[in-house]
Amino acid sequence: MSEDVWSEQDTTPDAIESALRELLRQRHVDNPSLAPARVLNLVVIADRDWLGEISNRLERVGRYRASRTILCTVEKGRESLDAVMVMSYNEAPGGSLGVIHEKVEIDVGPEHLPRLDTIVDPVLAAELPTMLWSPHGFHEAVKTLLPMVDVVLLDSDDHDQDDIGLPRSAELLERAYVVDLAWLRTTPWRERLAACFDPRDRRPALASLEKVSIRHHPLSGPSAALLAGWLSSRLGWEPARLSAHNGDPMHGSLKSADGRHVEIELQPFDQEAPGLAGVTVSWPDGSLSLDRGRGGLQAHECLPDTRQLDWQILGASRGEGGILGEGVRQALLRDGTYGPALHTALELRP
Amino acid sequence: MSAAIEQLERDNPLVEGLERLPVHATTLVIFGATGDLAHRKLLPALYNLAHEGALPERFELVGVARREKEDEDFADAVKQSIERFSRQKPDPNVLEGLLKDIRYVSGTFDDDNVYSELGRVLGEFDERAGHPMNRVFYLSTAPDFFPVIAGKVGDAGLTKCEKADVRIVIEKPFGSDLASARKLNAQLLEAFHESQIFRIDHYLGKETVQNLMALRFANTLFEPVWNRNFVDSVQITAAEDIGIEGRAGYYDHAGALRDLVQNHMLQLLALLTMEPPASFEANRVRDEKVKVLESIVPPSVEEVASMAVRGQYGSGEVSGKHVPGYREEENVPADSRTETFAALRLAVSNWRWAGVPIYLRTGKRLARKATEIVVTLKPVPHMAFQSTGSVGVQQNQIILMVQPDEGVSVSVGAKIPGARMRIRPVHMEFHYGTSFVSQSPEAYERLILDAMRGDATLFTRNDEIEALWGIIDPVLTAWDQDTSSDVPQYEPGSQGPQDANTLLAPGQTWRRL
Repeated sequence: MSEDVWSEQDTTPDAIESALRELLRQRHVDNPSLAPARVLNLVVIADRDWLGEISNRLERVGRYRASRTILCTVEKGRESLDAVMVMSYNEAPGGSLGVIHEKVEIDVGPEHLPRLDTIVDPVLAAELPTMLWSPHGFHEAVKTLLPMVDVVLLDSDDHDQDDIGLPRSAELLERAYVVDLAWLRTTPWRERLAACFDPRDRRPALASLEKVSIRHHPLSGPSAALLAGWLSSRLGWEPARLSAHNGDPMHGSLKSADGRHVEIELQPFDQEAPGLAGVTVSWPDGSLSLDRGRGGLQAHECLPDTRQLDWQILGASRGEGGILGEGVRQALLRDGTYGPALHTALELRP
Repeated sequence: MSAAIEQLERDNPLVEGLERLPVHATTLVIFGATGDLAHRKLLPALYNLAHEGALPERFELVGVARREKEDEDFADAVKQSIERFSRQKPDPNVLEGLLKDIRYVSGTFDDDNVYSELGRVLGEFDERAGHPMNRVFYLSTAPDFFPVIAGKVGDAGLTKCEKADVRIVIEKPFGSDLASARKLNAQLLEAFHESQIFRIDHYLGKETVQNLMALRFANTLFEPVWNRNFVDSVQITAAEDIGIEGRAGYYDHAGALRDLVQNHMLQLLALLTMEPPASFEANRVRDEKVKVLESIVPPSVEEVASMAVRGQYGSGEVSGKHVPGYREEENVPADSRTETFAALRLAVSNWRWAGVPIYLRTGKRLARKATEIVVTLKPVPHMAFQSTGSVGVQQNQIILMVQPDEGVSVSVGAKIPGARMRIRPVHMEFHYGTSFVSQSPEAYERLILDAMRGDATLFTRNDEIEALWGIIDPVLTAWDQDTSSDVPQYEPGSQGPQDANTLLAPGQTWRRL
């Protein structure tokens, strides 16, 4: 991987934009086979003290890199702007097309945040969708950038302890499309539940579910609530507030379209990886459990004739880097089931 | 039962919003599991699907081949294939899971014992799953075995399974001419219903080939000009810069026409020229492809000389190195008449395309590796600009690049900066590499998954196969009958034989490789 680098202290957005343009022009003159990726702008607002962690996470997204990443790091006491720009590319052999990715890191101070839009706007690649990720809060800056972004990336699980992740997502969903990493952590579970009940002869079981038990990392309550919200919204169950007493699992009873009661239980489970640990769905004469295992999910099914089946559903763990990469990729897609799942999840909160 | 419950039992509400559609529990049986295709493509593709969690929730793999092996030895061989050819670094846990219950059945494909043992293994998997699993028989064998295996699978009662779907996937070549394709279709249809047969053309699994349909039918920009009123000519090229690379055994019997034109290139032609289907349901798309293929009037044997050109690469220097000519390649007969280059001029005789020449060109050891379609539009009706001092106004071209740089390029005339009104063509380009973050899956991954899901959109139907051969058959016959003249030689690393230019209408040229 080759890199062209430009940096300037006490700079301005116009100077950054001019330098970007000039670097691209120069690179194209030197090698016309290189072309800038033109898929997505990613704007990140991060606390300067956590720059290393955020940079590492962005590195680990692998091939799902945004075309132009604009990382605004907020440093206490800073009054001027410093910027570093890195243009990275692989020169493909034989005149084949090589792709350029751009990363602009701008150091800003708290006083810049109310008008961060005037700093970011000139630096965006024109005509591309823009995604905003602000993992350390900075709500004022988010508010000022919202009119210029198409997608907000967030992680409801990040705020589990203060229980603001899901409400914050709902608030932002009214202003932009939201990609929630907590939701993406539930994707393999949603896919597998959908697949397990897809054969027509399994559909009656889906129509008669009577209990759903979701096990989750202690800090991934929002992921669990989103999965419960998804099942509830897809299957037409009437949401109701769950209760939690003295550290017991969160539980409650929802009413199905045909008036049955469906018991819901969200249970913290000790595991290293964030996200879900397992889910069990039960119906009158059977049950199916999916649990996180090595190399995929472990499935366990109890059949009506009392037989018990165990098998492995293959799939490599995406890791947190993979989840973030998936979040970037999802900026270009639209999942209409997140909103209903989120709103139902909010109604399940104690 | 309430309407909501009835609806729920009819449609799976959990599927909405998911990118990956469910695939029902499946046992995949690969005949020819120790062969090259399985080793390089199929088994690595299966691993990649497993890695991404795309395989069915229950998946079992059975290999069938002649060589004596134990299950464990087969698992070892599969592991090696995956470690060597997978596009993703294998995750040891996923790999272990994939290989854990793998089975191997050894024997010749005409041996009844192979099929009774296979039936026993399939039954065992069904028993373990608690219900019958779908079955996909993948024939990755020499084509001579296709009817043998299909017949034996039928005789063993394995083509039907209550409460499960059974499918058969056939690799190309599907016949060697129209008569053999018809015979093979008839043999397969004795054992399987057409809806169970998935004839694979891996080209159709390529993203850029599927994008052809998106380009045409998801944009209003192109469709208004996609007809005889605006299109001057179409060129489809599949050029390779390498020779036969040790594949003389196959290639000398096939030749360029059977290897690429009859399948891949005519498929591209069909997608390019077909009418918009009412929906993208498999049979609606294939109906339209068949309709347009049947609109291509095959030449008579006598007409072939004026609409088809063949050639063979000779020896020479490429990139400063000596390369052998085709007849000097290992295991190629010194008097071989097999063509390594073929160019055709075809016409689609329907309302949309009447009078538009469609040129196809394929060859080995040409100047550059490129697969592309060039749609050249007619010249502007009135030239208001002077051409002095520039190359002048050129015909617009829409170039669909299939490989190596996948994308679309549109050439338009633009003013050269300066005081005078001078025009030259510039390109507006879209490249997959710069416009998407996702990596295209391997064609085989997409197609195996589609076969397991029962989606036949990207597979070739029996009438389509026969229509494809119907176009090529007279050319094969004419070239077989013509033993009087030698097959023209062309220089390696060149544009192909000069004779190919004789196919073009006056004023037209082949796009330079």
